[in-house]
Amino acid sequence: MPDLLIELFSEEIPARMQARARDDLKKLMTDGLVAAGLTYASAGAFSTPRRLVLAVEGLTAQSPTLREERKGPSASAPAAAIDGFLRATGLTRDQLELRDDKKGQVLFAVIERPGRPATEIVAEVLESTIRNFPWPKSMRWGNGSLRWVRPLHSVLCLLADEAGAETVPLTVDTITAGNTTEGHRFMAPGRFAVAGFDDYRARLKRAHVVLDSAEREAMIWHDAQNLAFARGLELVEDKALLSEVAGLAEWPVVLMGAIDDAFLALPPEVLQTSMREHQKFFSVKNPKTGRIEGFATVANRETADHGATILAGNQKVLSARLSDARFFWENDLRLVKTEGLEGMGAGLANVTFHNKLGSQAARVARIAALAREIAPLVGAAPDLAAEAARVVKSDLQSAMVGEFPELQGIMGGYYARAAGHDDGVPEACHEHYQPLGPSDAVPTAPISVAVALADKIDTLTGFWAIDEKPTGSKDPFALRRAALGVIRLVLGNGVRLHLDAVFTEADGLFPEEIKSGELIAADAEPGAHSLLAFFHDRLKVFLKDQGIRHDVIDACLAMPGNDDLTLLVNRAEALSAFLKTDDGTNLLQGFKRANNILTQAEAKDGVEYSYGADPKFAETDEEHNLFAALDAARTRITPAMQTEDFAAAMAAMAALRAPIDAFFTTVQVNSDNPVVRRNRLNLLSRIRQICLAVADLTRIEG
Amino acid sequence: MTQTPPRSFQEIILRLMGYWAGKGCAILQPYDMEVGAGTFHPATTLRALGPNPWAAAYVQPSRRPTDGRYGENPNRLQHYYQYQVLIKPSPPDLQALYLGSLQAIGIDLALHDIRFVEDDWESPTLGAWGLGWEVWCDGMEVSQFTYFQQVGGHDCRPVAGELTYGLERLAMYVLGVDHVMDMPFNDPDAPIPLKYGDVFRQTEQEYSRWNFEQADTAMLLQHFVDAEAECERILSAADTDAAGRRIVMAHPAYDQCIKASHLFNLLDARGVISVTERQAYIGRVRALAKKCADAFLTTDAGGAQTGEDAA
Repeated sequence: MPDLLIELFSEEIPARMQARARDDLKKLMTDGLVAAGLTYASAGAFSTPRRLVLAVEGLTAQSPTLREERKGPSASAPAAAIDGFLRATGLTRDQLELRDDKKGQVLFAVIERPGRPATEIVAEVLESTIRNFPWPKSMRWGNGSLRWVRPLHSVLCLLADEAGAETVPLTVDTITAGNTTEGHRFMAPGRFAVAGFDDYRARLKRAHVVLDSAEREAMIWHDAQNLAFARGLELVEDKALLSEVAGLAEWPVVLMGAIDDAFLALPPEVLQTSMREHQKFFSVKNPKTGRIEGFATVANRETADHGATILAGNQKVLSARLSDARFFWENDLRLVKTEGLEGMGAGLANVTFHNKLGSQAARVARIAALAREIAPLVGAAPDLAAEAARVVKSDLQSAMVGEFPELQGIMGGYYARAAGHDDGVPEACHEHYQPLGPSDAVPTAPISVAVALADKIDTLTGFWAIDEKPTGSKDPFALRRAALGVIRLVLGNGVRLHLDAVFTEADGLFPEEIKSGELIAADAEPGAHSLLAFFHDRLKVFLKDQGIRHDVIDACLAMPGNDDLTLLVNRAEALSAFLKTDDGTNLLQGFKRANNILTQAEAKDGVEYSYGADPKFAETDEEHNLFAALDAARTRITPAMQTEDFAAAMAAMAALRAPIDAFFTTVQVNSDNPVVRRNRLNLLSRIRQICLAVADLTRIEG
Repeated sequence: MTQTPPRSFQEIILRLMGYWAGKGCAILQPYDMEVGAGTFHPATTLRALGPNPWAAAYVQPSRRPTDGRYGENPNRLQHYYQYQVLIKPSPPDLQALYLGSLQAIGIDLALHDIRFVEDDWESPTLGAWGLGWEVWCDGMEVSQFTYFQQVGGHDCRPVAGELTYGLERLAMYVLGVDHVMDMPFNDPDAPIPLKYGDVFRQTEQEYSRWNFEQADTAMLLQHFVDAEAECERILSAADTDAAGRRIVMAHPAYDQCIKASHLFNLLDARGVISVTERQAYIGRVRALAKKCADAFLTTDAGGAQTGEDAA
């Protein structure tokens, strides 16, 4: 059972692509080997900035011999039939076997496909893997037409067993596979041969290359923590950065430095962002002051001066970067102190939000007007909500956010405080963008909620007004995310509001001449293109993730007030819970039976049985009991519905289950007596009315 | 081998010249037009096209009007120098050749941390893109390293390797200078030692004022339209001249494309181009660049089999 070792050695592979490339290499190779009839015990893929490596253990040395038998025509068949069989099998007449069959002698073809050696299969699969590798972006170089992520320099491909290692014969364009590789570019230049995976890994380590990215990550994290600990500091965790820097070094060496005192007054988010984005530095925090006071950088080599030159260079670059950041910070602060935060945002008038929807300043004015209307519904003071809305986008015009777009909102909070805003306004600067994704937190502070809702609803109504709705996978303005944001803001805070009314309010803030789309329809059916229907679709996706079935949601969407999402979801949750009980499922059957009989009778008779069921025409106990039960249920359901206590209403409905079951067991609805029959049909209609008052149960499946 | 440390800005340029000349590059002189980057030099843009081999290195004065800071910012200038190397086809040891150039200007690879960090290059105005890296020395970007894949909308076959050094930044690092204006331009021991500021402080002030406040935007807009029209006129002229010679005027047309590009940059610095208009202007320059590339590919230098050779 030989082991296979493959190394694809190239110029520097982008760090962000390495993890996917490891998975792809492993999958393409092992799938290809297995498809060609080989098996293997285990496989592992590795990467460094300059190499992509696959080690496969326990590969079979050759694929099995396959024997296939095919039954042909009778020996006495016409020559044309026999010739056809020979062509299909690729054999000659004398290679066919004669076998006795019930109907006489029949021709058989026995085709044997001999197994192929692993070297042959590996060479084929590897060539195809290299030529078809799914890099996110690939390139050509020099005179060649081969594509790889960056120029590919060498291929190492070895099959090794107890007897020794064999280079797999393989040539891809100008590259012929061999048994050699290179170590660290600077610390161990030159090529060397290897005899198998263990030897490869050990020799690489001697040549200052740590093959496994997980090991490099662990080394970096461990060394950085130790260095921080020795200084009484702690490292700020950043998994994405750790994975990135591990993909940028073959021989990681952590160096730690201090941030110059002159920069310590900068907000920690600024320090951290500048260091991470520009320099790929980790932040180091002083637990006593809570401030970020140092950095850890990862070099790709050891030096005779123990990294002193490298650290000094990095420190210098950092100082230049932070000087810029401090310049932005001080200028921004000076501006908000003299002009206010609204003054900082004055330039938003010159920034186009969308060529049909006008400038950012126009958008801010609309959001402020809308936030004022929404404020009372979420417990916020209208003036404060409008004040917040007028300033939350101002930091987009700050020098700092110009440099670091990811600090939008965060800088706004600092600048809002500096400009004297308070009472939830500074927090709204950041929080009004939330929730940014399905896992982002939902703000709860009333001012933030009001502005966040106004912001998102303005976006949605605006793009609806100009008919730029998402289609299929295309959602360039992230409108699905905005709608989900509104849904989570409303549900997360138990906000009671009629979306239709808010949409109309928001829509009224846009000039009529830009409008070409349909905005709302109070009776929106699923599939309609109204904004409310779009919300209902997003809500279905959201509730499905919460375990509520789509038919349950449909049953509730069909009820009045379906633009009040909190009401809608309360109803859906109660119904979903109810249908999971025995009483619920049985009641549903009873309802459906009553509804079916009634619908058929109404269709047949051409009348509607909806009124006038009278107990005096009841003949059996079960019939009497049902009358009594319906009366009792109504007295409980009506007040429950008035207080929107759907659980109580459904509990009352549950009490109908036994009387309905008993009724159907013993009573024949279609009595010969027309008076009795009409009375019973009218009784069934009472069941229908009571049930449909809670939700449209006709939409429930099963 | 790492060389002794250079002592001045010009010594770094001279050493790069000597190094790349030693590696077989033709040492060209700067292109005599205002450009935003060394890539615009026809020795790069046009010569990256077509099958003919090419190896050139040159300094290109570059102008980015929006980066002007009146000579006050330690490392931002509206006029600066790029050192540009273009070799086609890209040799297999281009990374090693590049590292050799760092040693030539006194960077000791045994003491510094040199990294190739992903940075894909794209020039929307030239309709060009390539893959490569920014090269970091101890965390500072010192060069751009790009394998050209497309220029002027045409696939590059063979692929050219392009190296671009931001000379001021690189020199400041090598010379240990914190403010560009303090950097020795010639040898500090020369009879008349000159600093970068002695040469360029005043011009930075003058051009910053002109770029930001004074440039006549109506005139610049007209010049843009003129350059665009002239480029198209030149390219739509017949291939043969009055004497019946086949002469496609790819380079004169490309000059007009360069002009349009720089005029756009000036208008941008004057703040008269809105976000939406920006894309439209870039598209107009790109359209010119593509037509120039198309024309160049019909010439001898572009590798076309023309005239008697075609037989």
